[in-house]
Amino acid sequence: MSISAQLPLEDYEHGYYFPDQSVFKTKKGLDESVVRAISARKNEPEWMLNYRLKAYQTFLKKDFPNWGADIGDIDFDEIYYYAKPVDKQQRSWDDVPDDIKETFDRIGIPEAEKKFLAGVGAQYDSEVVYHSLKEEISKQGVIFCDPETAVREHPEIVKKYFGTIIPHTDNKFAALNSAVWSGGSFVYVPKGVHVDIPLQAYFRINSENFGQFERTLIIAEEGSFVHYIEGCTAPVYTTDSLHSAVVEIIAKEGARVRYSTIQNWSGDIYNLVTKRAFAYKNATVEWVDGNIGSKRTMKYPSVFLKEPGAHGEILSIAYSGFNQEQDTGGKVVHLADDTTSVITSKSISKDGGISTYRGLIKVADGVKNAKSRVTCDALIIDDKSVSNTFPYMEVTSDDAVLEHEASVSKISEDQLFYLMSRGLDEESASTMIVNGFLDPLVKELPMEYAVELNRLIELEMEKSIG
Amino acid sequence: MQTLTIKNLTAEVDGKQILNGINLEINTGEIHALMGPNGSGKSTLSNVLAGHPDYTVTGGTISLNGEDLLEMSVSKRSLAGLFLAFQQPMEVPGLTIGKYLKRIVELRLAEGERMNVSAFIKDLKSNLDTVGLSHDFINRYLNEGFSGGEKKRMELIQMMMLEPSFAILDEIDSGLDIDALKTVATGVNKLKGGDFGALIITHYQRIMENIKPDFVHILYQGRIVKSGGRDLVDMLEAKGYGWVREEFNIPEEADEYQRTIAS
Repeated sequence: MSISAQLPLEDYEHGYYFPDQSVFKTKKGLDESVVRAISARKNEPEWMLNYRLKAYQTFLKKDFPNWGADIGDIDFDEIYYYAKPVDKQQRSWDDVPDDIKETFDRIGIPEAEKKFLAGVGAQYDSEVVYHSLKEEISKQGVIFCDPETAVREHPEIVKKYFGTIIPHTDNKFAALNSAVWSGGSFVYVPKGVHVDIPLQAYFRINSENFGQFERTLIIAEEGSFVHYIEGCTAPVYTTDSLHSAVVEIIAKEGARVRYSTIQNWSGDIYNLVTKRAFAYKNATVEWVDGNIGSKRTMKYPSVFLKEPGAHGEILSIAYSGFNQEQDTGGKVVHLADDTTSVITSKSISKDGGISTYRGLIKVADGVKNAKSRVTCDALIIDDKSVSNTFPYMEVTSDDAVLEHEASVSKISEDQLFYLMSRGLDEESASTMIVNGFLDPLVKELPMEYAVELNRLIELEMEKSIG
Repeated sequence: MQTLTIKNLTAEVDGKQILNGINLEINTGEIHALMGPNGSGKSTLSNVLAGHPDYTVTGGTISLNGEDLLEMSVSKRSLAGLFLAFQQPMEVPGLTIGKYLKRIVELRLAEGERMNVSAFIKDLKSNLDTVGLSHDFINRYLNEGFSGGEKKRMELIQMMMLEPSFAILDEIDSGLDIDALKTVATGVNKLKGGDFGALIITHYQRIMENIKPDFVHILYQGRIVKSGGRDLVDMLEAKGYGWVREEFNIPEEADEYQRTIAS
């Protein structure tokens, strides 16, 4: 899905934007009338409007987190909370307006869809403008649509699960999302169905001073499998925008859900996302979380292991360059016997960037035979950059095995000299070292995304050395 | 024929002068051995040739086919045909040997030329066989977790894949047992010929049994004090470096060298 070959390699290759041609936009700032306007635009049932209003009250009451990245300069009054780009969602790219189609062409979505995806959702500002699912997949009873459609067509499923994994009371940004959510994905995989090729959602912000609040709900019934991938980019503006998503996953007995993110937001996006999964008996949930872009990210995908035999896995990759802070990691809560988890984090800090691993392993009282392994490796490229590690463990059970390893390394002059003495220039040599550092993790990604991630890292390296 | 010429070279590291005027000319087709005790400046010379930033040239010249080598960047020297087999090769975790070698071989292709990947893999496997490493090494990470001997063999693999005009082998024989030494020698001998010249830097004589040098130079306190043919190796074998000191009237300060040679 690479497009860089045709584009000049500027600082951030997805930094372009098209004129704002939204068909509807709420006024700047947030109050109850904005929440009502969003709900009215969507013709929502009253239960959803009530949920939004309750969440809005929670948002007003909740404080900012008193830890993590510095997000104090977010000005909630300067943001547009809803922008509807088109009148109608399309099932054919030909029917998508030219500007929007060009954006997704440049990112490479239609091409990727043809090659290796089972379904695609493409969101532009507040709404999903394109959605498709291969016929053979939908015939098996798989539902893949935007949550608005799900509220209309599958209210019984939405009502049963929506907000049950991450209640609006969870944190200030989950409350904000619950009040003004728009777009995102709804995925339902029936019992025993294996969706062998990935579903992908792509999130694009085009408007300035904008807030994108997509909402994703994935339900994997017993013994099913699904791999969901999300990607994100935005234009470069001089003012900040906010992306605050909520992702809820339910993996029933024996199900496996893999959720992969490659976030490459522009350098003016605050990216504050809450992601959580419940894994039931013998179920597996895997988060692969790649954070390359944004100004500040706070994101700790989590798995609650609710029943025996459940397994949670989090692979976190973070790159922090100039003026960036990635405060990322993962959280696993062992609530049942014989549960296992693995958290692997790799971070790179360069040009004054700050990478922080923040993670929690919790084993509930009385839980037997819980096992967890946490590995954090950090690579610091220069003396200006920073790496932090905060691995929290809360264990009250005496039958738990927890391992934790952390390492911090620097690229050494001798390593560079060694590679350069084989003919590589300094930039290629350090990129090879960085890619090597990430290699064990990148192997876990589907091939196309591994290539994409390597390419993004190479671009980041070029822009700072070149 | 190509020529590497070192004239009146002086160099220092950490403000300390180590090379005190080296003169040496190597042509392709020739194998030179540079022998000397610890501290005589052998590794400084190899680092200066490759362009290590910690070493400062304070005088003299090095030219490669008439071009000023000292003006070239580290990578340019390599692309111009100079290769250094490191005494202590670096580990690069996560970088597979196959991917790495492919990349550095590609750097040498002419513009517009495309790599023949199957020929590359065939070459690589054949070279692995030559130095006695299994084909599994193609997917291993560069030098990570390798034994000392495996690292030295990997240096030779890189040399054989890059086919340099001039190779400097910095103590390629240290820490190797007799069998490993033989395979290393086989690797060097494989390249031996009209397009290849080598400078084998060592303080042991035994590698000379397997790689027959055309010229032997003795380095002592930053100077080449004697040059000759293979008979110099035998002389050192018999008399040790103490003989060099006496013959050239060099003040005693190096008893440890004697012990190194004796052991």
